[in-house]
Amino acid sequence: MKLLIKGGIVSAALFAAFGANADEEASLVINEDIEITVRTDAPAHLDNMRTIYSGWVYRSDETQALQMDDFENPGMIFVDDAIDVWASADGSEGKGCVDCHNEPASMAGVRATYPKWNEEAGEVRTLAMQVNGCRTERMGAEEWKYDGSDMLNMEALLASVSRGMPVNVAIDGPAQSTWEMGKELYYTRTGQLDLSCANCHEDNYGNNIRADHLSQGQINGFPTYRLKNAKLNGVQSRFRGCVRDTRAETYAVGSDEFIALELYVASRGNGLSVEGPSVRN
Amino acid sequence: MAENVKPRVRVPRDATAGETIIIKTLISHKMESGQRKDDDGNVIPRSIINRFTCTFNGESVIDVAMEPAISTNPYFEFEVTVPESGTFEFTWYDDDGDIYTDTKEIAVS
Repeated sequence: MKLLIKGGIVSAALFAAFGANADEEASLVINEDIEITVRTDAPAHLDNMRTIYSGWVYRSDETQALQMDDFENPGMIFVDDAIDVWASADGSEGKGCVDCHNEPASMAGVRATYPKWNEEAGEVRTLAMQVNGCRTERMGAEEWKYDGSDMLNMEALLASVSRGMPVNVAIDGPAQSTWEMGKELYYTRTGQLDLSCANCHEDNYGNNIRADHLSQGQINGFPTYRLKNAKLNGVQSRFRGCVRDTRAETYAVGSDEFIALELYVASRGNGLSVEGPSVRN
Repeated sequence: MAENVKPRVRVPRDATAGETIIIKTLISHKMESGQRKDDDGNVIPRSIINRFTCTFNGESVIDVAMEPAISTNPYFEFEVTVPESGTFEFTWYDDDGDIYTDTKEIAVS
């Protein structure tokens, strides 16, 4: 009996200490089916970190729970919208996604390799650029706005069918120069606050920046449903928010700089699972 | 009709008599409060779901009056004790007069 009471006090104390923060040891299984790698060894090109963590581990228990069940994950509402769009024709060719790609499930694994080099276009393409490539070249439809709601819904669908697969973007070959540009940007301080991405997300992940629990800034969970604005958020819009918060003039969403940064940051998460649409605060 | 409104309901397929089950419901809806203004300064008219009901074999289980402060995509989770097999009917009432419904069967043994 005495022991039991002691146990109760200890767990109460633990709760007081960590209640507001995350359970960093938790593991993530979605729908009791899809196992998500939320921590793993850092890829070889990362010099300053041994272990990489999904942003999911830094969120509160309640926010973590939202992602464990598709019914509770508000991001899946947008996936449903995209499933409808997937099957409907658009543009002068009268084609929809379904006419070339069959069911969305056939796109499993695609999200995990983007951004990647596109040989025909001779450029590194993000998933959004590839979707717009499909729309303009194959469907004869208008481009979707970068990080607009149509695009994010579709990206959420493409991510959702790849969940559980390891992020594996190529950083060598023709993509290497873009990757190096992204790395340069990652370590470049910007703004009046004179902060680089690394100052928060490499030097201080796990610490609090005022009320916010800093993550490693991994992007394996994008597009992300954020509780603060109740909608899906694109990765480059998030970059923009971060750079703005250093009090700098930001690069534009869809710019060469952010494409390079997206490739580099994605490569820092090589080995984590695709988990979009994720839920964050 | 409000755009992209889609009701979703999760009810267990079967249960034992007298068991208390958990029902989860979610409906995608923008739940415009009527308090916001657009870029030109005009008030965006209120457009919310103002009532949600659930019945079991015609008997009321829950009846909720909803107000503008409720956030987008309203989610309800509640417990129900099921005495017999039957049908749950879920109904959402939109400000614009639209009614969205869903039904779920449950087998009780």
